[in-house]
Amino acid sequence: MAKGIEIRTSPHLKRVMSVERIMRTVVLALLPICAFAVYQFGLSALLLLLTTTGVSILTEWFFSRRSGQGNTVSNWSVVITGLLLGLTLPPGFPLWMAAVAAFVGVGLGKSLFGGLGYNVMNPALVGRAFVQAAFPVAITTWTPAFAPGRFGELIPSTLTLPFMQPIPVDAWVAGLNMDAWTGATPLAIQKFQHIETPIADVFSGMVAGSAGETSAILILICGLWLAWQKMLDIRIPLSVLAGAVMVALPLWLMDSATYPSPWFVLCSGGLMLAAWFMASDMVASPVTARGAILYGLFIGALTVVIRLFGGLSEGVMYAVLLGNAVGPLISSWTQPRVYGVTRKSADKRDAA
Amino acid sequence: MAELPNTQETLTPDTFLRGLWEENPVFVMLLGMCPVLAVTSTTMNALAMGLATTFVLVCSSLLVSLLRNWIPKQVRIASYIVIIATFVTIVDYSIQAISLELYAALGAFIQLIVANCVILGRAEAYASKQRLTTTFVNSLGMGAGFTLALLALGTVREILGNGTILGIHLFSPDFQPWVVMILPPGGFFVLGAWLLLFNWLRLRKERKQAEQIGVTAHAR
Repeated sequence: MAKGIEIRTSPHLKRVMSVERIMRTVVLALLPICAFAVYQFGLSALLLLLTTTGVSILTEWFFSRRSGQGNTVSNWSVVITGLLLGLTLPPGFPLWMAAVAAFVGVGLGKSLFGGLGYNVMNPALVGRAFVQAAFPVAITTWTPAFAPGRFGELIPSTLTLPFMQPIPVDAWVAGLNMDAWTGATPLAIQKFQHIETPIADVFSGMVAGSAGETSAILILICGLWLAWQKMLDIRIPLSVLAGAVMVALPLWLMDSATYPSPWFVLCSGGLMLAAWFMASDMVASPVTARGAILYGLFIGALTVVIRLFGGLSEGVMYAVLLGNAVGPLISSWTQPRVYGVTRKSADKRDAA
Repeated sequence: MAELPNTQETLTPDTFLRGLWEENPVFVMLLGMCPVLAVTSTTMNALAMGLATTFVLVCSSLLVSLLRNWIPKQVRIASYIVIIATFVTIVDYSIQAISLELYAALGAFIQLIVANCVILGRAEAYASKQRLTTTFVNSLGMGAGFTLALLALGTVREILGNGTILGIHLFSPDFQPWVVMILPPGGFFVLGAWLLLFNWLRLRKERKQAEQIGVTAHAR
């Protein structure tokens, strides 16, 4: 059968696809974003990413051994969790708090539910939500991007002793003599002072913020590459972004002095990163096509609502977690009709 | 909870110890979750709540046991509630008299002792069928178990959430409090962690027993 037609039953797999392969590709897509975070924030961001990834791997190793699943570290999924968690934290976040976040995220958010495939919510965001509630000051302490000596010295708060309050960074920031530095992320400036950072800056990532959320264009490229590799359901990120615009556009048209433009909404904060890499989490998102779109729109709309009308300047984390929570419900609403079954007969069957 | 036989229980150490460990109202029976989660943000609140509940539990169980042959079956729940409410009122006024600060901290949860299912459960399942002495010892054990559980939660939450225990600072002033621990979610996290520990201990014990049975079976 050198040139003949191979006949076999479905599924007709064109290439070998395994969990490990998918996860490796996602890690590969995250690496440019990590590299940019290190380039932008220096050694501190590197240590932060290494800590979250390292602790995540250790936690996964510990729980998978104890639960008798064997070693599940080798499927790479926990590396994604660690990297994503690191990318969502402020670059000067104390390392011990980052370790707590990684432990809670992987332990509570994933392993206790039964490991990969059983987690209800995105583990990285569970970890981040925990430290947001536990250490609300540290997680909203931002440091400037492109500090002059960033490759030679650490942000002082990075090396805080475990269980101690973060070392204040104000004096260090003042010593940098950076004129443009205002002590807040573009989102906070927009929310509390109603000044929009130029779109070009938020689009390219020339701003302060969490380690890996700053550059919208880079995240967009990596996400599109991942979608082209068919490693994520492109409906989800697109509908998240669409949902955000759907809420932001009418508000901006009504009152452009108070509300940010849709472009700013899309490019600032963690929306881009969450849309492409977190909402699209294969385990915690709905499986049906219509469900994926509904889920995305829900997350996007909720993000903007929290940003504009809530107390926090960024709401994408809670929006994704809530989206994960309603995901199974959306899945069951949007079950496709079985071929040959009319809507009426399906209802009759359900009622019976 | 195992169905208790209608016959009178003889007084053994187990009558007391059951409430502490094997039938712990919080960690094993998961009863009375409302005060467990709500007022355990500090050790002091937990201790006060535990003692108040123990007082109501012991007194109402005694009275129920004393009156068990006079209370008609049809109106027993209403009668138990009246008895429990009497003692809750006593506790309510006593705490108000002792410390207004504590009273404010515990809030509505003192009055809510009346709806605590541990107390009604004991009256229904135990006190209404047993002699005065065994009832006293058993309800004391249950109360101690409840207090212990509240303390277990309150201590962890206060140490992590505030860096103190009974208001005394444990660490250097630089200690970073885990704010979430004294907020409501912290109650769920700590309760979950304790339940994890208790379930793990129980499973380990069961596994060991199963192994021993297996070993003896082999030896034969």
